[in-house]
Amino acid sequence: MPGAAIKANGLGKWFGEGEAKTMAVRNVDLEAGFGEMIYIVGPSGSGKTTLLSVLSGILRPNAGKVEVEGIDIWNLNADQLADFRLNKIGFVFQDYHLFPRLNTAENVAIPLFLRKKDWDESIGEATRYLEVVGLKERANLPPVKLSGGEQQRVAIARAMVGQPDILIMDEPTASLDGDTGHAILKFVHENILRADRCIIVVTHDSRIYEFASRILKMEDGRLTVTQNDASLLQKG
Amino acid sequence: MKGILKLAYKLLVNDKAKFTALLIGITFAVFLMMFITSMFMGVLNHASATVVNVGAPVWVMDPSVQAITSSIGMPNYVLDAVRSIPGVKFAVPLYSGTALVKLHDGTYQAASVLGLDDTSLYGRPVLTAGKIENIYADNGFIVVDDAEYRKLESPRIGTTFELNDHRAVIVGVAKVTISGLFGLPTLYTTYYRAIQYIPNPRFTISYVLVHPKSSSDIPAIKRQVAALGYMALTKDEFIRKNAAFFVFQTGAGTNILIMTLISFIVGLSISGQTFYTFILENLERFGALKAIGTRNRQLVTMILFQASFTALTGYGLGVGLCTLLVYLAKLRLASYAAMITYPSLLVSFVMVVIIAAISSYFGVRRVLQIEPFDIFRG
Ligand SMILES: Nc1ncnc2c1ncn2[C@@H]1O[C@H](COP(=O)(O)OP(=O)(O)OP(=O)(O)O)[C@@H](O)[C@H]1O
Ligand SMILES: [Mg+2]
Repeated sequence: MPGAAIKANGLGKWFGEGEAKTMAVRNVDLEAGFGEMIYIVGPSGSGKTTLLSVLSGILRPNAGKVEVEGIDIWNLNADQLADFRLNKIGFVFQDYHLFPRLNTAENVAIPLFLRKKDWDESIGEATRYLEVVGLKERANLPPVKLSGGEQQRVAIARAMVGQPDILIMDEPTASLDGDTGHAILKFVHENILRADRCIIVVTHDSRIYEFASRILKMEDGRLTVTQNDASLLQKG
Repeated sequence: MKGILKLAYKLLVNDKAKFTALLIGITFAVFLMMFITSMFMGVLNHASATVVNVGAPVWVMDPSVQAITSSIGMPNYVLDAVRSIPGVKFAVPLYSGTALVKLHDGTYQAASVLGLDDTSLYGRPVLTAGKIENIYADNGFIVVDDAEYRKLESPRIGTTFELNDHRAVIVGVAKVTISGLFGLPTLYTTYYRAIQYIPNPRFTISYVLVHPKSSSDIPAIKRQVAALGYMALTKDEFIRKNAAFFVFQTGAGTNILIMTLISFIVGLSISGQTFYTFILENLERFGALKAIGTRNRQLVTMILFQASFTALTGYGLGVGLCTLLVYLAKLRLASYAAMITYPSLLVSFVMVVIIAAISSYFGVRRVLQIEPFDIFRG
């Protein structure tokens, strides 16, 4: 696929005014290509989640520009922006945000319902995605009946069911044990990442660095270093 | 079904505790509103019992009559004058008054007495025992077997008693469409016996009952009667007049209005609060939907669907409950004055729609304020 998946220039985002003003993202430039699995790492409060939100059409920046597949997303109106998120981006939220009153298949099918697809058709498609993440036999269970790792896989299935080009994952392993986290990211790396997809992962977890094609370091709102996984791993 | 509607439905209904609370709130409110208005409609209906039971299409009366029970006597020439109006097929007098019946145990019981035109017996009731001709027999009275029947010690054919110091004998038992509102048993006799037995002012015709040649003659009849200085009302107009008297002259209308409003407010606060709590508890879900890419209009649709689904279900349950209760009450008490009518159904429906609209308005406002970023940040 030609061109960059995401291209950001001079991004700035701050909260509050005067004394209370927090610069969450400062003058960030970033380019993410298709086929890449990019990690953003950095200390707590450094602005990773904020940056991710600005890139994915969730939070409007105060400065700069974000182009996704050539579309200047912050020039879209509210409905266009919602459609953009629905069609282009798959979100895996840090605490999953699964719906406790829906079963697993219904949870996965949510993006399809929003695309005005018929209920049964959506459930069918969702079940196929559950099969991909290895949870087909859990389709009728509510999320609370699943383990953390299984819930995470449901969240991934929900993010991917609409076949978005870009997958956004904020701290995907934060509430999983090491082995499970590793297995999940391995799964994403092997099954979700494709030449026409771009995955951006925010994480603290150095055990999953091995799946990154690039690691961006964030500090105090700035992207400081762009390194490959090897050099970061050496630093430890 | 469209995906998002079913999604909205599941989010609502699968939250069993909240959904039940919501339904109870709406059902209760609808029930109260239905019940109060139905009681009122029933009372109004009974207030016009005589008009319905006698059934004349046009009633001539003194213009200052406010309700059927407060008739004002008219002189005999009015009857003749009405009879000579073109378009009148026939016209007969009706006596309507109250008499005291002395029971066998020595106590007195008031009874309402209707005196039917001697020649035609126009407005006669349907008899379940006895023959109507026997009304002409000496001291003949026909008793109505309604809820008040027992107050006359459930008389049978041949039972005698004293009525205003005259001897009276039961010659027939009748049933009527609607029993009266005022707790009095009803006796039928002839017009002349009625005015003989019951002390009266100078004028004794309570109403002139008119049968027009055709309904197109009614406007002309009304004009001619008005020219005589009297008033002619169709049956429906007279029923409405009776109702209006109760609504506006007795304070009953105001009370009913206040009680309906109170049940509306109670229903609104219970259901509105519960619905708003439901929305608040699901804010995170709505926020997640928003982050994933739900348009605002879709969110509004979902909330409106949830509110109206609850409201309509509650409406159905409330109406059902009210119907059941009225039905059961009528099994026990035949004259139970409650009547489920279209106006009651409509009033409660409008109230329920307003409750749903107000509840969803606040829910929608709250949901539209959610920042998806806050959900994303967790
Ligand atoms: N809504 C907000 N209002 C005010 N300040 C905010 C808001 N959101 C974020 N911030 C501030 O912006 C800065 C960056 O926050 P952000 O959540 O992006 O950090 P992070 O790198 O994701 O941290 P963590 O690793 O803990 O998730 C922090 O100082 C935070 O307090
Ligand atoms: Mg964060």
